[in-house]
Order: sequence, then C-alpha cells, then structure tokens
Amino acid sequence: MSILTSYRLRWQRKLLRIRALRKGRELVAVTDRTKDIAPNDVLLFCTFRNEDIRLPFFFDYYRKLGINHFLMIDNGSEDAGSDFARDQPDVSLWRTDAPYGEARYGVDWLTYLQGKYAHGHWALTVDVDEFFVYPFCDTRPIRALADWLDASDLRSFGAMLLDMYPKGPVSQTTYRRGDDPFQTANWFDPGNYFMSQNKLLKNLWIQGGPRARSFFASKPKQAPALNKIPFVKWRRPYAYVSSTHMMLPRGLNLVYDQQGGEKTSGILLHAKFLNTFGDRVLEEAKRAEHYKGGREYRTYAERQGADPDLWCQWSEQYINWRQLEVLGLMSKGNWA
Amino acid sequence: MSLGVIMLVHTAFDRAEQMVRHWAGAGCPVVIHVDSNVPAVAFDRFVGALADLPDVRFCARHRCEWGTWGLVAASQQAGTLLLEEFPEVQHVFLASGACLPLRPISELRSYLDARPDTDFIESATTADVHWTIGGLDRERFTLRFPFAWKKRRKLFDAFVKLQQAVGYKRRIPEGVVPHMGSQWWCLTRQTLDAILRDPNRETYDTYFRKVWIPDESYYQTLARLHSRKIESRSLTLAKFDFKGKPHIFFDDHVELLQRSKCFVARKIWRDASVLFNTFPASGDPLHQAQEPNSGTVDRVFAQAVHRRTLGRQGLFMQSRFPSIDRQTSIAAAPYAVLQGLDDIFPDFQSWLTQQTGAVVHGHLYAKDRAHFADESEVYRGCISDNARLRDYNGKMFLSNLIWNGRDRQHCFQFGPTDTQNIRWTLAKDTQASIWVVSGAWSIPLFCSGRSASEVRAEAARLQRIEDKFLKVLRSPDARARIKIMTLAQFVEAPMAVLQTIIDEIAGHRGLAIKEAPEMRDLAGLPDYLQELKNQGMHPFLTGDITAGTAPATKPVVLRKPYVISGK
Repeated sequence: MSILTSYRLRWQRKLLRIRALRKGRELVAVTDRTKDIAPNDVLLFCTFRNEDIRLPFFFDYYRKLGINHFLMIDNGSEDAGSDFARDQPDVSLWRTDAPYGEARYGVDWLTYLQGKYAHGHWALTVDVDEFFVYPFCDTRPIRALADWLDASDLRSFGAMLLDMYPKGPVSQTTYRRGDDPFQTANWFDPGNYFMSQNKLLKNLWIQGGPRARSFFASKPKQAPALNKIPFVKWRRPYAYVSSTHMMLPRGLNLVYDQQGGEKTSGILLHAKFLNTFGDRVLEEAKRAEHYKGGREYRTYAERQGADPDLWCQWSEQYINWRQLEVLGLMSKGNWA
Repeated sequence: MSLGVIMLVHTAFDRAEQMVRHWAGAGCPVVIHVDSNVPAVAFDRFVGALADLPDVRFCARHRCEWGTWGLVAASQQAGTLLLEEFPEVQHVFLASGACLPLRPISELRSYLDARPDTDFIESATTADVHWTIGGLDRERFTLRFPFAWKKRRKLFDAFVKLQQAVGYKRRIPEGVVPHMGSQWWCLTRQTLDAILRDPNRETYDTYFRKVWIPDESYYQTLARLHSRKIESRSLTLAKFDFKGKPHIFFDDHVELLQRSKCFVARKIWRDASVLFNTFPASGDPLHQAQEPNSGTVDRVFAQAVHRRTLGRQGLFMQSRFPSIDRQTSIAAAPYAVLQGLDDIFPDFQSWLTQQTGAVVHGHLYAKDRAHFADESEVYRGCISDNARLRDYNGKMFLSNLIWNGRDRQHCFQFGPTDTQNIRWTLAKDTQASIWVVSGAWSIPLFCSGRSASEVRAEAARLQRIEDKFLKVLRSPDARARIKIMTLAQFVEAPMAVLQTIIDEIAGHRGLAIKEAPEMRDLAGLPDYLQELKNQGMHPFLTGDITAGTAPATKPVVLRKPYVISGK
C-alpha cells in the first residue's frame, strides 16, 4: 500500500465522517431510549420508509436472534410504521424528511448514529427487507457470534445478499403484516454468482443471482452488488463507503481469504420480491432517490412490467443455513 | 488420597464461582489465582461470594498476560500454597474459570486414585510438535522476546528476524530438554513438589521467564526431570484453531461433549447455560471407569481447521477468493475441452454422452449464447446462457458451472468461432484436459457449399485465432493435460484417438466403441484446401491432407485393445 493511497483514503474517511456529522443534524429524535444500551449490547441500525407492513416480522426476527437495541431512522414514512416502531420498548427512533439520495442513501445518517452510539459495540446494519443468517444461527444467539469474533480478533463479518423469490409471478404472492416473507418467497439461485476484487478498497464485488440473470443479463456491469459487511465491531472512526458494501478503513473489507481457505461468513436473505415489489418499483423509479437516480428501479419497471417470475427449474428452496453452507454460499470457516 | 485444584481466573466471575463450587462440593480444596489486573471491587466481591467455602484459598496475585511468565508465576504461587495448606492432596489439577467438569468429579478422583504415580501432562519435544504458531518451536527456547506478540506484532517479528540474522542464541540451562504441550495439566504431589523445591529453580525460572509462552513449556519441560511416570496427554479437553486460539464450546456441543467422556473441557462460552446446567453430568455406575475418548470432538475441530486453511477446491464465494497465482485450478472437478471434433462428427455431442455418461456441453463459449448440454436457457445453479453475462466474467462462469455439477464429469466443445478470453484459464488449469484437432474449422467451411474464394478471409481469421490458442497451449505456463493433433493426423486413425478420449473422460467405466460416430463426407476436402492455397491462403493447421489419404467416411471400428493400464 503506498503512503499516498493510504493518506488519500484516510482523508476520504474523514470527509465521510464530517459529512455524516452535518447530515446528522437532519435527524430529529422521536424516542430516544439509548440510555438503556448496556456496554456489551449488540445493536441494530436501520433506515426505513413506508415499511409498516414489514416492521413487525423484522423486529420479531431480530429479537429472536438476540439484538438488544434497535436504532431506527424513519425517512418520511406516510404509513403507521413510524408509530409502530416508536412504541417498541427496545427501539430508539429518529425521523427525517430530508431527501434520501442526498444523505448517500441513508448512510450518512447511519454513520452519524453509529459514531455516536455504536462505539465499542457489535453493530448490525441492515435494511428492513434483509434478514441476517450466520452459521449456527438456529442454536447460537448473535451474542455468541460476537463473542467468538472478539475471541478470534476479528472486527468485521461479511454476509452476501441472497435474493429470495416466490415460485410464480411476484404479484401473486400475498404478504400480510407480520408474516414471515420466506413462507412464500423461499426460492433462490444457488450457484450463479461472480465476483472480482476492488483493488483500491480490497472488498470483493459480487454480482449475480436472479436480478443479474433476469434484468441485467445484457448490461451485467449495472447488476446490483451483493457483497455486504453488515456486522462490525464499531469504532468511532469507521464509515461505510457505499451502502454496507464496503468500509473504511479498508482492512475491514477483508472478510475473505486469499490463500484458499474459507473465512466464516453469513447471508442476508433479501425479501425484496413480494407482492409489494411492483408498487415499490413504480414509486422508486419516479422518486429517483436511490442509487444512480434509481437506475436499478427503472430497469425493473421497464422489464416485465415489474411483475417478474424469477423461478426456474434450478432454483433451490430454502431450508436453513446448513443448506447455504453446503451450497458454498456461506461458510462456517473456523467456527465449529 | 485427594485431588486439589489450582484455578486461574481473570473474568466471568459468576461462572468461575459456579466452577469453584463444583470442585469444592466434591471435596477438592481449591486455590484460586485472580489476575492482578482485575479491579479490587470485583476481586473483593468474588472473595466474598466464596467466603462460605472452608477449603478455598486465594493466593498472591500476578499480572497474567497471554504468553507471558505471569501465568507460570501464578500457578507456582497457587501450587505452593495448595501443597502447604492441604497435605492430604495427592494430585494437583490446573484449571481455569472457563474449565467445566463434564463427568462427576468423583469419577476423576477414582481415575487418579487408580494411577497414583502418573502425571498427566502433554509434553513433547520441539521437533515433534506441529501446532506451534508463527513457526517458532525450537526458537522459543533460544531467542529473546521483549515485545508483546499480541500488541506489537511488527516489533516482535522484526526482533525475531534480527536475532535469526545475527545468529543469536540463548544458552539453555544444563540438563533441560525443552518440551511443550497443553498448559492444562494434572501432576502428582511429588512431581509438583519436586519442581517447586528444585535446588536449581532459580536458574530455571530466570531462564523460562524469557522464553516465549512459558506456560506451555515450563512444567512440560521440568516434569521430565522429576516425574516417575508421565502420561503425555491432558485430562482437559481443549481444542485450538489454526491461529492457536482456543475453540469455544456452545450449547449445541452438549451431545459432542457428553460422548467425549472427557473429565474437563474448556473453553465454555459464558452464556452457554445448557452446558452449565448439564455438566458435570450425574454419574453412571456402568461407565464409571470409561477412558476419555475425544475422537469425535477432534474430528469436528480438525474439519474446521481444514476448512479455514484449505477450503473447498473450486469454490469461489464471499469468504473464499483465492488469488490466481496461488491455485492450480479454478475448477472443483476434472473437465475436458474438445476442439474440432464436433466439426468432424456432426453428431459428436450425443455420441460422446452415450459412450461416457459424462455431461457433454456444446460450445459453452459460443458468440450467440452458452450451449449447455440440454440447450436450456438456464442451467444447473441457475446459470444463464446469456453470452454477455457469461463474458462479463467468463472464468467464474466456468468455475460456477463445474462447482454446481461437480458430481459429474463435464466436457465442452470449443473452437475458433467462440469467445477466446478463457483460453489462458483453460491452459493453466490442472483439472482441464484439452484435445485439439487443429484445422477442423475447415470442414464446416467446406460443407457450407461456398467456394474457396468466398471463405478465404474467414478461413484465414479462424486459423489465426486457433493458432493463437495453440501457442497458449504450448507455452511453458500451460499446466492442463493437452493433446494437439492436426486434422490430417486425426483422420488417419480417428478411432484410436476417440478411444483415448473416452478412456480419459470415463476412466474404467469407458466402453469400447461399438458404434463409430458418423463422420462428415470429406471426399472433396483435399481439393478444397488446395483451392484455398491457390487463392493465396495457406491452411497450415490442417496438416497435409492429400487426395491419396482422403479418409473413409465410415471409420473402421477397432476392438478395444486389452491393456493393463499404468495409471
């Protein structure tokens, strides 16, 4: 690593932090229960917008995993989600109506809160439609993972985004508030992911899955990135660079082994493809607040009228994490 | 006869208290050493919590940093106190606050009573151990280590290198033969007493103070001087990962631990309440005398180390991305690449499938789309046939295809009309066997019915591309199994070549060729090639096909020779 690059990245990180401090002023606390956070607690950070229908299952899922405190940002919801989140005993809620795109798709707000509350804690940063799966998650709470990572001197933990979809057109599913989305959207692509290394930030850039094969086959470069580093033992100077795909300092991005071994990794099950997908696509394509002016959403809208059938005969039906580990999508690595 | 316990504690005092009560409840005196880094408040609370137990003592405190002398000093201190205060103690067991007795302590006691002269301490000479971290085994005893390995790794490494470079060596005290092993031991009173009262103890202590990770070598070495009978194994089940960090046991290990029949296990996760509630298990009179057997546990953790260090061959994923120059293959299983054969035999793909039972793909790297074995749009693992998506990362397209179908042997057709970016990957892959019949691209041109003057440019282009591929295959970096022949060579003895290919792909399951594939009618080919030459394009890759050697349309089937293979 040249000293110059290292210096430049240091400045990039500092600028991201300064930016976050500035954007943090847009946040207004709705309920602040952060004084309940105990020194060893595992925290969850999340930004959401009009997700009332998904929030109940989201909280359920992560409470069962052992998350101690939720730090949530409501970005201008117009439904009852905000009130629902506010009334949860383990949630601290902030609200902002500022544009999502100008806050680096919410990352600035999250960086601000993480710098303020997550220092010294294990912090999980996810979206409302992302569900964290790690080795032994059915028998060991997330605290066990955190303790094991601590004992192994590891600071960050990778989990690839795995798009889940139903069998048949997406619009034909019915997702009701509180439902487990993976009752219907329980299929995934088992082995069509491709990756390359980002030379500067050292992270892997992973693409593929149903979105690459159905929407982006003819423009693969635009296919959404699936690499994520959602679970981090947070220190104040840290910052996510682009969504939770990569971080600075860049040593945190080395969640993979280059000598042939397998590091321990997890999966974020992505419950994007439910009957809520079509409306969301039209709305986001118009709103253009997402990455690159919502380019991804425009592609969905153009293709198949936002009602795709992603299922094919080689799709796998989700069973549990062990299945994902056997398929080679995640790994137990050294954890036994 | 009695068993005494030395317990080293530095954190999780509630669990440590629980453990002390287990030992004390079974009638074992316990001497506790608490790390001097622990704040006075926590220490006092801990002492207070154990005040009701008469046979529990606390010894003077030392700073116990990982890999330092403090750990040895602590056990010396505690050991001296234990031997002084409890004269009836015959065996001394070194444990930590995270060591959980699995079997009833009475069973451990009767096990030790039956072996009154045996010291249980893992102790191996430096030449025979493989678990050392950082490659330092012998050098632990001959170099100096003034810098902490955990906090100042760079200085530590630099200083080791410097000493190696100048050839510095410490003198090992006379009579001492360095041994190493697990730091958790169980010694007889005699041996421990002899070690602690050794007239040379001052010398030994001064020496070991500067040895790296002395708690893994101090008792292990000195026990060799004093013990009457050493059993070189630890009674404590402790597994270590590839970096020398202890593995942690969780609730879902309960069955594994039960079956191990080990007396004590560590490290136990602080919140593993199932384990803490289950163990020590109540005694089972039938299995009281059973020997510990950690085979299954060993296998599980050996697998973890294997996975972490070697991983699954041919898998590229979010946490395994081997760099190109560190691997000999990108594929999880052997595969074959066939160039030119499908030009000669129009029905080659289905014929080969029938002969070998392998998965025979068409041109996977064709310009229009990937032609999978079943010509489907999406193949195993949900791989798309889209050419752009494939070419976006052609290498990973191949590794994915083989990984997803690694239970079968894969073959695919390749040729100069295909996307060529993959050629270096193929040539360097030790799992690939590549068969090329060069110049076979001339056959489709010949069969197209177009005149030589019309196809002249196209022929030249294909020849150029194929020639480039052959140069790659002939480069010294090529590691695949490669067989190149010209079209002329091939048509002289096609059956022999086909039989070799089949044997190679299918191994012993390969069938003798009963029915030869139908060859295209090549009767006019020599003239056609001559006409190309007349047009000024020289098809040198086909070899010399003259009118005289024009091949028969239907090759003769040879019987498979009966050969005892040397493979």
